[in-house]
Amino acid sequence: MAKNTDKNLYTVLFATGMVLVVGALLAFLASSLKEKIAENKRIEKQQNILYAMGVNENDESSVTFVSKDIVGAEFSKYITKQLVITGTDAKEDNNAYLIDLKKEAALAKNPNYQRRLPLFIGNKDGKEFYVIPVRGKGLWDAIWGYVALDKDLIVQGVFFDHAGETPGLGSNIKERFFMDDFAGEHILDGDTFKGITAAKGNADPKNMTKTDFEVDAIAGATITGDGLSAMLKKDLKMYLPYLKTLKQ
Amino acid sequence: MGLLSKKDAKLISDPLADNNPITIQVLGICSALAITAELKASIVMSIAVLFVLGVGNVVISLMRNIIPSKIRIIVQLIVVATLVIIVDLVLKAFAYELSKTLSVFVGLIITNCIIMGRFEAFALGNGPWRSFLDGIGNSLGYAVILIIVGFFRELLGSGTLLGIKVLGDPIEKTGVYAFGYENNGFMLLAPMALITVGIIIWVQRSRNEALIEDN
Repeated sequence: MAKNTDKNLYTVLFATGMVLVVGALLAFLASSLKEKIAENKRIEKQQNILYAMGVNENDESSVTFVSKDIVGAEFSKYITKQLVITGTDAKEDNNAYLIDLKKEAALAKNPNYQRRLPLFIGNKDGKEFYVIPVRGKGLWDAIWGYVALDKDLIVQGVFFDHAGETPGLGSNIKERFFMDDFAGEHILDGDTFKGITAAKGNADPKNMTKTDFEVDAIAGATITGDGLSAMLKKDLKMYLPYLKTLKQ
Repeated sequence: MGLLSKKDAKLISDPLADNNPITIQVLGICSALAITAELKASIVMSIAVLFVLGVGNVVISLMRNIIPSKIRIIVQLIVVATLVIIVDLVLKAFAYELSKTLSVFVGLIITNCIIMGRFEAFALGNGPWRSFLDGIGNSLGYAVILIIVGFFRELLGSGTLLGIKVLGDPIEKTGVYAFGYENNGFMLLAPMALITVGIIIWVQRSRNEALIEDN
């Protein structure tokens, strides 16, 4: 070799140069693709919200959203109203679905901040749906989803997703066999809020009783399941004051 | 082949059969198990690896004389990681649904032993053109196995190929389902991928005399 590449100084300089070049390249690429990626995420949100209220193209077992080309039109057709709830006050806002739940949760740590809660009101075949976005922590990373309730606050459908749960275990929260169990579940016991727990040792694995506030957990995904239950309890509860006004 | 010398052609043809990275060197098994439940995911993963390995081999080969030997593994890792992030970003921007299906597996390209293995064993000691051929050859060898496994798993597990129902409709009982055929859901689980790879290795070893070991 022509150069002596074993010197410490050379090694340090090489490493520094490499990091600078690679960093600049990736930063450039990330910022130039940012808009396209954000647009894809926006479309995905619309698909997820529609999925929760049962507007999807599912066949027997797969999860199939309405296609990307028609989702915009379907979204404006089925979602009749988008609300932003702050405290007991509800305002209409057609971009409520773009509210970043993660940012809101961070801002809400400040006690003076009034957290903005997005709520989507849908109408399908004459039936009203109230779709609530939820967000929490799984085992490795964030988990989130959408819960569609009817006006009696009974779950009509859900959609869950995750950033990096274990494939084949925690990642199964986005599979039909898990999500379908939620349909019909109650979240209120009379007037007390119970939420829904993904429970192990469930006395009702076939999910026959809908008023036990439990669905069957996924074996091998305890922490994802616990995180999911906590997410549902915490986030649905925030909407309760407003949702109870609907019930009357 | 007019374009390639005999030696160069061997760089591509060898990994396809006699020195296949999956069935002979038994590298890159984890991703071969994880993403082959669908043919589409197999093809995309193959293309992603083809890109990363082809470009990565050239980059490493061009830098082979200036990489300090003390940190060469780290440098190799940075090159792989950079290329993988590029693949990830491009997929997210242009094939979002696919990037959701591949999710963590795109990240798994980084840990694909074939890539680090070819960098270390070949690109560090050979010129860019030969390294490029070696990268293409090895990723094609990887792709062949991935696609064979993906083909059988999707066909037998879901009765579809690339999402098209080639065997008829299991709910309406048309096509072969009319005769009582059922999809084998077990094919969709990782163990069956391992068994399928095992069968490929078995067939290949029994047919190719060069690979038969003396006992």
